[in-house]
Amino acid sequence: MSALLKIENYKAYFYTRRGIVKAVNGISYEVHPGQTVAVVGESGSGKSVSQLSYLGLLPSPPLRILGGQVVFDGSDLLKMREDELRKIRGDKISMIFQEPMTSLNPYLKIGSQLIEPLVIHRKQRKKAAWSAATQALERVGISRPAQAMEAYPHEFSGGMRQRVMIAMALTTEPKLLIADEPTTALDVTVQAQILELLKSIQKETKMAMILITHDLGVVAGSADEVVVMYAGRVFERGSVDDIFYRSQHPYTQALLRSTPRIDQLEKELPVIQGNPPDLSQDLVGCPFTTGVLTRKRFAN
Amino acid sequence: MSNGLWTDALTRLKKNKLALLGAAFLLLEVAVFFLAPLFSQTGYEVQDLEMTFSAPTQLHWFGTDSLGRDLLSRVLFGGRVSLTVGLLASLVSALVGVVYGSLSGFLGGKTDNVMMRIVDVLYALPFIFLVIILMVYFGRNFVLLFVALGLTQWLTMARIVRGQVLSLRHKEFIEAAHSLGIRKRKIILKHLIPNTLGPVIVYLTLTVPSVILEEAFLSYLGLGIQAPLASWGTLIKEGVDVMDLAPWTLFFPAFFLSATLFSLNFLGDGLRDALDPKGARD
Repeated sequence: MSALLKIENYKAYFYTRRGIVKAVNGISYEVHPGQTVAVVGESGSGKSVSQLSYLGLLPSPPLRILGGQVVFDGSDLLKMREDELRKIRGDKISMIFQEPMTSLNPYLKIGSQLIEPLVIHRKQRKKAAWSAATQALERVGISRPAQAMEAYPHEFSGGMRQRVMIAMALTTEPKLLIADEPTTALDVTVQAQILELLKSIQKETKMAMILITHDLGVVAGSADEVVVMYAGRVFERGSVDDIFYRSQHPYTQALLRSTPRIDQLEKELPVIQGNPPDLSQDLVGCPFTTGVLTRKRFAN
Repeated sequence: MSNGLWTDALTRLKKNKLALLGAAFLLLEVAVFFLAPLFSQTGYEVQDLEMTFSAPTQLHWFGTDSLGRDLLSRVLFGGRVSLTVGLLASLVSALVGVVYGSLSGFLGGKTDNVMMRIVDVLYALPFIFLVIILMVYFGRNFVLLFVALGLTQWLTMARIVRGQVLSLRHKEFIEAAHSLGIRKRKIILKHLIPNTLGPVIVYLTLTVPSVILEEAFLSYLGLGIQAPLASWGTLIKEGVDVMDLAPWTLFFPAFFLSATLFSLNFLGDGLRDALDPKGARD
């Protein structure tokens, strides 16, 4: 089976006044149709930047893409012009974001935002798009979808808004959904519902999904493959079982140890030593080990 | 269906009694000012030197001024001038300011910097100086008055809108709009500008009176409306001079000016609330 998205030796740096920040430093992995790939890592590991940058969603300058390939559905996204990319965004590749509370325009009705992808990419008439969008709302489990279309975002709770965002991402039946921490801002019960919803939709549509998260619980429950990122690099890749039970890299092991588990509440959680390294410095050797060592040295 | 913002705003506006009253008063004024000349008996410029400073009578409801001109006609005619100047110049300034400010804020970076420095430079130019140059260069003319006043007012509007856009630009829903593949122009028009409307409308209602007063000031310098033409500004100015002798010459134009400004403020407040979807909707 050929890959839907193939990222190869992809590099994207930020050229700032204080120097070059190597946010994405030669990463490679693949996403196959119908698969869920979780990209995990702590804040500043480059997991979001690695996705947003090849879609043209980050301002350039300061961002500059230095090399590699991001082949989606047979064509290299990095070679596309802005208007070609725009046609793919929101159509074949959709995104959902972390903050459902602010991801919707407060001044527009839910409905008139929901129909936008269909009107823009599928050139549908507003009426047709409206009824398609109403169905999409129903599919994500919003009761009384017709009324919901006429409502304004502030009338909805966070969980409901995230459902709306998912419905919006799905109206064009994308081949790839990039979910950037879709459940981080939601409370736990709603988190579970949203993940369940994403999983069931994925089963229906054979859509691939990239799940960006720092929550290993989410990963264990919904991913097929895991990509562990640190300091702009991929430290380890593998199936969920590989990562959780047979992880090779000390950073992955440390990450797993520092995850709270419901069956071991009394234990004190181990902490990962050190800070993520400053990405504007050239890193020699393994950035993780260096980070831990510097930190330890300062502590003494 | 799609332009829900405006239809909903109208529904909400209809529930606001004060705003409706303001709107009704403004409409009435406009109607009266523009129809009055059709059936007015004495022209605003007709002098009657035997009837100077007549107090309000049955013949002259608002009394007469120092040259025996009918004050009612002059107030009506002056209102026409003042309202036109006030509304048109404010709309011009709002249009220019919103477009300029939203572009500047949206494009950001160096473009934003250059655009805002231009605004700073224009701010520094004394506006009277600008107006005088315009008048000398193009000759005195009514349309030029709008342009000149509008040109001096859009600067603040541009700054307000830019500030709003800057804070909105990195909001998630704008980023989400980018990720949906929406064109930049559409993002500005559909997602950014509606979100700036609240402050824009409030500032607009403040612009109208200040434009009306600036017009009076220009007229006083001999750069605006010239006698026998009148505006509320010039009438009030004349009225102030003879306040002890003929208080009605001050009272009537001042009353109409204040009533108009009140109505505008009520309407502006109402509009701002109505345009906010979070406003009560029962």
